[in-house]
Amino acid sequence: MNRFDYARADSIGAAIAAAGTPGGSFLAGGTNLLDLMKIGAATPERLIDISRLPLDRIEDTDGGLRIGAMVRNADIARHPEVLARYPALAEALLSGASAQLRNAATTGGNVMQATRCSYFQDPLSPCNRREPGSGCGALGGRTRNHAVLGWDEGCIAVHPSDMCVALAAYDAVVEITGPEGSRDVPMATFHPLPDAAGAGTPALAEGEIVTHIRLPDPGGMARNARYLKLRERTSFAFALVSAAAALEIRDGVIVSARLALGGVAARPWRCHEAEAMLVGMVPTRGSFTVAAAEALTGATPSGDNAHKIELARRIAVRALDLAAAGTPDRLPALPASAFAGEDNG
Amino acid sequence: MDDMLNTQGHVRLGSSAGQPLTRRDGILKVTGAAPYAADARPEGVLHAVTLAAGIARGRVARLNSAAAEAHPGVVKVYTPANTPALAVSPDEKIHPFVWRMEVLQDDRVRYAGQPIAMVVAETLEAATEAARLLAPDYEAEPHRVTLDDAEPFDTETTAFGRPANMTKGDLATARATSSRHVTTQVDTSAQYHNAMEPHAITAQWVGDRLEIDTPNQAIGLSKQTFSAFLGIAPEQILLRSPFIGGGFGSKAILYGAQLLTILAARDLERPVKLALRRDQVYGPTGHRAPTRQTLRIDMDDMGRITALDHDTITLTSSFDQFLESASNASHSLYAAPVLRTTHHGRRADVGTPGPMRAPGEAPGSAALEIAMDEAARAAGLDPLDFRLLNHADTDPASGMSFSSKALRECYAEAAGRFGWAGRPQEPRQMREGRLLKGWGMGTAQFPCPMFQAAAHATLRADGSAVVETSAADMGQGAWTALAQIAADGLGIDIDKVEFRSGHSDLPDAGVAGGSGHTATAGTALFNAGSDAVRQLADLATQDPASPLFGAGNAGVTARSGRLWRNDDDRSEAYEDILARAGLELIRGEGTGAREGEPTHAMFSHGAVFAEVLVDPDLGQVRVSRLIGAFAAGRIINPALARSQLLGGMIWGIGMALQEEALHDTRSGRFVNNDLAGYHVPVNADAPMVEAITVHEDDPFVNALGIKGVGEIGVTGTVGAIGNAVWHATGVRPGRFPIHPETLI
Repeated sequence: MNRFDYARADSIGAAIAAAGTPGGSFLAGGTNLLDLMKIGAATPERLIDISRLPLDRIEDTDGGLRIGAMVRNADIARHPEVLARYPALAEALLSGASAQLRNAATTGGNVMQATRCSYFQDPLSPCNRREPGSGCGALGGRTRNHAVLGWDEGCIAVHPSDMCVALAAYDAVVEITGPEGSRDVPMATFHPLPDAAGAGTPALAEGEIVTHIRLPDPGGMARNARYLKLRERTSFAFALVSAAAALEIRDGVIVSARLALGGVAARPWRCHEAEAMLVGMVPTRGSFTVAAAEALTGATPSGDNAHKIELARRIAVRALDLAAAGTPDRLPALPASAFAGEDNG
Repeated sequence: MDDMLNTQGHVRLGSSAGQPLTRRDGILKVTGAAPYAADARPEGVLHAVTLAAGIARGRVARLNSAAAEAHPGVVKVYTPANTPALAVSPDEKIHPFVWRMEVLQDDRVRYAGQPIAMVVAETLEAATEAARLLAPDYEAEPHRVTLDDAEPFDTETTAFGRPANMTKGDLATARATSSRHVTTQVDTSAQYHNAMEPHAITAQWVGDRLEIDTPNQAIGLSKQTFSAFLGIAPEQILLRSPFIGGGFGSKAILYGAQLLTILAARDLERPVKLALRRDQVYGPTGHRAPTRQTLRIDMDDMGRITALDHDTITLTSSFDQFLESASNASHSLYAAPVLRTTHHGRRADVGTPGPMRAPGEAPGSAALEIAMDEAARAAGLDPLDFRLLNHADTDPASGMSFSSKALRECYAEAAGRFGWAGRPQEPRQMREGRLLKGWGMGTAQFPCPMFQAAAHATLRADGSAVVETSAADMGQGAWTALAQIAADGLGIDIDKVEFRSGHSDLPDAGVAGGSGHTATAGTALFNAGSDAVRQLADLATQDPASPLFGAGNAGVTARSGRLWRNDDDRSEAYEDILARAGLELIRGEGTGAREGEPTHAMFSHGAVFAEVLVDPDLGQVRVSRLIGAFAAGRIINPALARSQLLGGMIWGIGMALQEEALHDTRSGRFVNNDLAGYHVPVNADAPMVEAITVHEDDPFVNALGIKGVGEIGVTGTVGAIGNAVWHATGVRPGRFPIHPETLI
């Protein structure tokens, strides 16, 4: 690990000022950055500890919620309003990492976490994301876990977050503050997509910091929302593919639909066309199959991962199925698992 | 030590052995007080970090030693240019369990992950960063890292020097006269032990005596190995390994970085500590090699096996040979009158594989049990009926009788508990809600080797005892089970037994491997205790002042710290006998080993039944129930044995569904050498696992009747899960781990 300086920021302004000079990295829960430093995939000269910034509250807004960037993942997942109105978010969070990590990891850190692409994590491999201009080491390598949507030759990594997939489905907005003032970016487009030259322009400019996540009123979708995640290990594993789905159903007809896919792209993949198709349809497996096919229309393998396209299609159908059936009153013991049990007879 | 021996609160029915005592070292472990090797902090200790090769084959052309040496806190950078020489060649085979010692004696790179330099610094952080600053340049050569592109070679032997090939009977004739046959191919993946405690060593020289703290499964053997490579007498070495955070075979074989740390400690005249990072364990410390197995089973009209042919292709390194002896799993399990087993080696630019929990048996059993299910289907028989029909009453390979074999009881017990009866023969017949449900089974088998062990047992004036042997506790519970045996050997309560273990100044307990440690070290301890009691009995029965005087002909029995006459009810306490004789202590000695040529085939057996649920849309598999019944001779501690068996079965879940180490074939480096990328099961993957032991008396295996339970749980389980997946989906797994996308 390289030698680095450490400073604690006491205010948002101080954090922004400290980050305005090159070589600095924000440190919040540390569950990702410190690992990357240990393996040499991140070598910041300065850590600016923002974990004590007053951004650790979940506030009620006009029908929605505003979550501070320093709120721990576990605290979001167990918040009564989240459980009542955004159950797919709670389920996504509880399907991620381990209990210990969820207790430490922050909202902002979850959004900003790095890809788990093994070539990004291997300092000996080229990686445009780690070292712009060096190329993509994953192309032509072990790509079972890599992107099938929105990728380009500059980068085929996927974003690892479960939380962000649910947030994207809920139309969440990322609040950013920086030297130039504040701005809002939709969660669904916050993470850049790669191009032929690289991993895309980073979401945050120098000195910028994520301060909050804003969730709008879920309206009639509150109790028809689910998150479903496919992985070979039941806990403590990233998604092979995942899906967040939410529906508003009135008089047996879908009046509003949300669908976002995880594990398939460099960002949580929001499926607007598929959602539009569902509006006016009856919530049946047939409808969901049509919509899921639409969602994966542009998908292409980035290597040895054609199976992910079919798996993503299928998990979209299943997540919509589950959403239509209604969110269970209590979160299942195996959150987001195909074996959660409520519809297994 | 006294805290460690606190076992109050146990109800004992007679002797200690057989009681489910909790671990005597349990409190130490859960409170963090048990000292592990990397916990050692001798005064002035330096920290070492190795640099791992980033190519798989070639040579190191340049290292930026200057940059590393200039880093604050760095004491010395070791490269091939300045590393002290070993006393013998790094390729010297002191004994068969020595792999090439990579100790910076040349600039060759033989596999990715090989140590190519080592930095010693005042802090771990400084050493880590300086190792990064070495920024090596390589002259790379073309490499091979997978079974598909590796270079074939002929071999006479597989792991542990076993013959690579064996034929019994006339295969051609058997095939020509058989009415049906099945051919099955199964691939298994490269696996890494991933013990909770990564490898570590702390070395310091006290004068010309070397003190080493390092987790080790073969303390006596390792002392010899170290001494040979260092050119010092074995007596100059003290190796401490009181606790091992999991070994699974990976801590039975020494690796070069241990020697390098010792050399640095001698060179710098300060203690040096090396603790490998998780990623650094991948390569230098052994692994289970991938296999490609092809089995052909020939049968008659009734479904009786007429010939069994099992071939394995597997990898070893470019410089040493350890071939996973998977085909040998077919030697002694089913009644095949004609038998052929073959192994083919391939060389690749990877670290040398090594023993990993059930080496050979685990992948061999996985493939054999899949083949057996295919054969059962071809014969139109239920998988259990087919196995019962082909039950081996004598060992097919050797022709000998089994020393004991309660396999039929295991089948009955586990099948009954599982509810196997009524299983539909066709696949995709059972559902749980929308999920597919399948049932499968496999037979478990593991041999019962014994090694060489010695022990001392000393009775003290107060009636307590100290017993000594350099056993290795890697989590299996040696501190407890061996103390139970020792207590019975001495005829005293276990609370009065102080158990000294885990360092090389004690009598050699042999290797903790092959599931033979309890049998071997336990026999030595029991014999040492018996020897002490015998001496005590001689004293008492020849002493007119003792109530035991003259009991010589009928004899005496040791029980509860007293000697009892066999001809009436008089007895005398040990402490009274010693006091009258004016003795402070009596010391007994004992050894444990199997004498002479075996007259019986000796194996533990078991039957494992698995239920899986499979999501029909997503292909995800969940092992919803796993029930095994095992016959493993005398069970010394049912609680520990159950944990061992459950652990083995859960390994089976990992092997069947999750574990596989992957290289990038272009760079030769690993892509998942950490616990986030290399998946082992978590609690949520094992909702219901049950291990039952079936009573078994074995008068031949050893005097105590112990067979061993450390590895058998892995065997049978992988195949059972694979067969259950077939029963659920109709898809016969051709490869482990089974990926979801292969099931949709």
